[in-house]
This record gives sequence, C-alpha cells and structure tokens, in this order.
Amino acid sequence: MALVDHERNAGGWTSRLFRRFRGGTTGPVLGLISPAALWLLAFFLIPLVIVLLVSLGQRGDAGQVVYTWTLKNYARFFSQIGGRYLYVEIFARSLFIALLNTLLCLLFGFPLAYFIARQPRNRRNALLLLVMIPFWTNFLVRTYAWMVILRDTGIINNLFLTLGLIIQPLPLLFNRGAVIVGLFYGYLPFMVLPLYASIEKLDFSLVEAAHDLGANALRTFQRVILPLTMPGIVAGSIIVFIPSIGAYVTPDLMGGAKVTMIGNLLQQQFLKVRDWPFGSAVGFILMLTVLGATLLYFRSGGKTL
Amino acid sequence: MESIAVELRNVTKRFGSVVAVDAISLRIRDGEFFSLLGPSGCGKTTTLRMIAGFEQPTEGDVFIAGQPVAGVPAFERNTNMVFQNYALFPHMTVAQNVAFGLEMKRVPSAEISRRVTEALDMVRLPGMQNRRPNQLSGGQQQRVALARALVNRPEVLLLDEPLGALDLKLRKEMQLELKDLQHRVGITFVYVTHDQEEALTMSDRIAVMHLGDVLQVGTPTEIYERPCCRFVADFIGETNFLEGQVMGREDGHVTVIIPPDIRIQVAAHDEVAVDQPITVAVRPEKIRLVKEPLTSAGNCVPGVVQEVVYIGTDTQFLISLAGGVMIRVRQQNRISASEQFAYAGERGEQVYVAWATDSALLLGE
Repeated sequence: MALVDHERNAGGWTSRLFRRFRGGTTGPVLGLISPAALWLLAFFLIPLVIVLLVSLGQRGDAGQVVYTWTLKNYARFFSQIGGRYLYVEIFARSLFIALLNTLLCLLFGFPLAYFIARQPRNRRNALLLLVMIPFWTNFLVRTYAWMVILRDTGIINNLFLTLGLIIQPLPLLFNRGAVIVGLFYGYLPFMVLPLYASIEKLDFSLVEAAHDLGANALRTFQRVILPLTMPGIVAGSIIVFIPSIGAYVTPDLMGGAKVTMIGNLLQQQFLKVRDWPFGSAVGFILMLTVLGATLLYFRSGGKTL
Repeated sequence: MESIAVELRNVTKRFGSVVAVDAISLRIRDGEFFSLLGPSGCGKTTTLRMIAGFEQPTEGDVFIAGQPVAGVPAFERNTNMVFQNYALFPHMTVAQNVAFGLEMKRVPSAEISRRVTEALDMVRLPGMQNRRPNQLSGGQQQRVALARALVNRPEVLLLDEPLGALDLKLRKEMQLELKDLQHRVGITFVYVTHDQEEALTMSDRIAVMHLGDVLQVGTPTEIYERPCCRFVADFIGETNFLEGQVMGREDGHVTVIIPPDIRIQVAAHDEVAVDQPITVAVRPEKIRLVKEPLTSAGNCVPGVVQEVVYIGTDTQFLISLAGGVMIRVRQQNRISASEQFAYAGERGEQVYVAWATDSALLLGE
C-alpha cells in the first residue's frame, strides 16, 4: 500500500516536471528543482524501475529473481487458471469494493460534512475533532474492535440471541459485507475532511439566492451546492478510492481468507509464494489502473492533473 | 382603495432571548419605493428576510399581495432579493445567472434568452451574457444581481443594502438609476439601508427602525421636517437639541426657556403643559447668522462664534449661546467668496442666531 501511495503522488509530480522540461526550461530553474528531482530519482524513479525490471523476470527455484526479460507474468495475470480468470476476478472484486466504498463514504460523508460546516464556528471544531478522534487509536486495534463487535459471539449477535430475535448467530464477519463495513469505517474521515473544507468555503448566501430564485432543496443542491463543492468531492473520492483498492489489512482480518483483494494477492506473492516477479507485475498493473482511474475522474470533474 | 403589496401585522422575531423585531406593523403600497432605515441591529434586515421567507416570524403575520405567506418557503414566494454581497453564482455566466429563476419556473428557452437580453439591456449591461461574475466590476455585479431578480417580474423586489460595497460616486449614480429603474418597471421595492441620505434620495416612503421597533413611517419630507421623536430627528440629518422648560402658551406659540435665560418661541399644535420639561429641535440649515439683532417676529439669540468649518457647498458654524449652550448653524455658500468673507462670522465674533418660530419642533420625552 505504501508503494501505491508513493507511485500516486509521484505520478502527478513527474507529469508536471515533464511539462516544465518540455516548456524549454533553462539552467537556473533546473538548478532550483534539482533537490526535488534528486529526491524523486532516489525514492521513486529508481524503485519503480527496479519493480518494472523484476516484473519482467521469473521466480527461480529458490525463490530468487531470474531476469529472463519476459512478459509471462503479465500474461499470467490475464489468463485462465483452472477454468477461471482468477487474478482478473480478484482485481475486479477490489475495484468493485473500492468504488462501492468510495460511493458509500461520499453518500454518508457529504451530509455529515455539510452539517458540521453549518454549525457555529466553535462547535464546528469540536465536531471535526470527533471525526478525527479514531485516528488516535492504531488502525489494527480498531479493526480488531470491529471483529469483536461482528463475530458470532460478538456484541450484536449476543444481544440478538439474548433477545430471542435469532436462533443462530448472523454471519456478520468474514464476508464481503464485513470488508466493506471495515473500509467504510476506516476511510470515512478521509472523505469528510476534504468535503468539509470545500463546503465550509461555500458562501451560503448563494444557497439563499437559489431558494429566492425558485429552486427547491434538490435543485439548489444540483445547480449550486454540488458544482461549487466539486473540488472537495473529487479530492475526497480519490483519497478514499486509492487506499481502498489496495487495502490489505481489512480484507485479511475482516474478510477471513474468503475475500481476497489485490493487497492480499500482493502480500501472498511477495511473502508466502516468494514469486517477486509476478507480485511486481500485479503491483504495476494496479498502479496503472489507479493512475488511469484518477486521470479519468479528474477529467470528469473538469480538472486536469 | 390603494392596494397593498406587503403587509406586516404585529410581527415579532426572536432569536433565542434576543428580540430582533418587536411587534411591528407595516403596510407597503403597490408600486412604491419603500425603505427600512435604521442603524445596524435595528431589525431592518430581519424584517426583509421575513418578507423573503428566509426567516419565519415568531409571532404575527406577513401578507404578500393580500395572501398570508406563513409556511410558504422562499422558493415559492413571488419575491426576489438583491443581496448585500450580490450572491452571484460564481460557476455560471452572467446569462446563466440571470436565467436561473426563469429556468426554475420552466419558462421555454426561447423566452428565457429573450427576457435575459431584455433584463441586461434594462440594467445597461448589453452583450455581457458570456462574462463570469469575477470578470465584472462591483457596479456591474450589482447590475447583474438586479437583472437576475427583476427578470422574474416579482411582486416585490427586496434589496438588502445593495449599494453598501460601492464607492461614493458610483453609489450616488446607482441611487438615481435604481429610482429610475423602479419607475420604469413599476415593481414595489423594499429597500434596506442604514444610510439616511440614500433613503431620502430614493424612497417614496421610509420606515425608521430602532431596536426592533418602527418609530415613524412617512415620506422623506415628513421624516425630515416632522420627526416624531428625538431618535429620528438625530438619526436623519443633523439637529440641534435645546433642553428647556415650557413657560407659557399663546395663540399657537409655546414659549420655552432654555437655562439659564434663553427665551424661544416655537409654533406648536399639540397640547403642552406649563413647566413641562421639553426638547426644542432645530435643524442647522434653518438658522440664520446675523450681525445685528432682528426686529421681526421669530427667535433671535446672541452668541459667540466658536468654530467655522468650510465644507465647500456649505459653511458650518458652532455658536455658543448664554450659559454654554452650543448650537450648530449651516449656511449655504451661495454668494461669491469675497462677499461670503464679509458676511460670515469669524471665531470670537459676536453674532445673533435667528430662526422662524415654525422652523423648530417640540419633542416630548
């Protein structure tokens, strides 16, 4: 996941750098950007090239990397294994879960951010603090807490069993729903904060002006609030989508072994199977997908990266 | 019977324990330019927002064109507002801004573009359709805000200190233009301002508000010449207040003694009791400055020139009367500078201040 984050940030940097160079940048400017350029070279470009090179190799018998300059790893990702497109399925599942999670965070995060932004100033800060308080606890601990809540002998099932509402425990944990709950819980604050920032900047006399001109709540939202808070929506969606698609801890713990996402596949390839070349290829495909999705999303939001 | 565009009956608005508007009643006539005038915090903007539907009265009723509007949301009221900061939609062009209200009413698009063009012509911004609000000057944004409201042909146009952000010269221009516009469209304007000169310039009638109350409603002349109370006299224009006691009363004149021994006569129609404490209000421009005492009827009191301030059109004098009573006098500089010099007092000079008995007012309380 850290790898993915790196690549995302750097994607923007490099393309911007690229534009600078194409624009015929001269000596002094080059000198000024050289610290950043060196940083990018050392921590982004060189590792990326290494991953690319590894993805073109093959696993040796002892798990080492044998550089054979082949595209077999990429072919393997898109091929049938035992009658199923196993890896593409994992990929599609990750994409689906990440998109769904982004949508859920947006649907629940927007009203929350709007509510907070409309409070008196001193109360706003208190409410934002409440949104951020979960960060004070380690993510793993919070995930385990959710497992305690959702498991067969957890709070919810125990309560329902005691009340006699159910006879058998509900299957709340170790399935796709549990993974989505975990991701939604984990990433909702990342959606709320950028949304809040853009809603707070919205001049509410514009909302009144829309009402005054005959727009009801829904049309005011469509025509005025939504377009003016689009930067926050775009930023929040990207910040939630990218870590969601690469999520590893949540599907591993809350999905049991049943909901494999790309993050789990990567972990298996690197640490269990020790097939670094294939893992690198999967990582590369993930990176390109995220880059493509982000660009597409920016374009639809009327922005360029 | 004259028709009433907006009526407020015993309208009160409380925010928590704060009474913003205190049981006011107003009848705003169809087609009139009506101003709500008062210092900040007097409840004028709250009153306007209750007419617009942004606030609901705590008590009392609002009627628009004779219909009670309690519970009718802002977007269903046939009123439009020009906001203090214009509140133009920054993500839309001028044309889209102006068209917004018509689109909400689902007016056919051919008619929309015709009416938008008309409205922009009316506010003298032809051909500005495709500009963005941030490409316009403050005065132009103001006009777009006007066009955006007027294009809907509302029953009542509500204006919340719309000229507050403009510089003085532009503000004066816009005052006349607004007045002219109101005549042309014939729509009732309800105008909120704290600027008394602005209210006097534009309004058919003015309601002076203070601490949630309406103190006086009247034409600019009535408000200026016959203020109902000390606050109105003080807020609108400049006034000298002379505190005294009623001495006596004879055929339409009341004699007031200002301590220690200044006797003045004031034309009075109302009943006043002898020995009653009273305030005499007299506007600085109603007072004449003369070198010799006048023998004709009226008031003529000796004094000493304390200060002379030349302000172009006028010269202001501060005169001290007996017992340290100070009085302001304002004289128009109608004559040439050299004559003026001979005529006007100098600091320390002995002069007489004179005014007619019906130029002053008695204010109770």
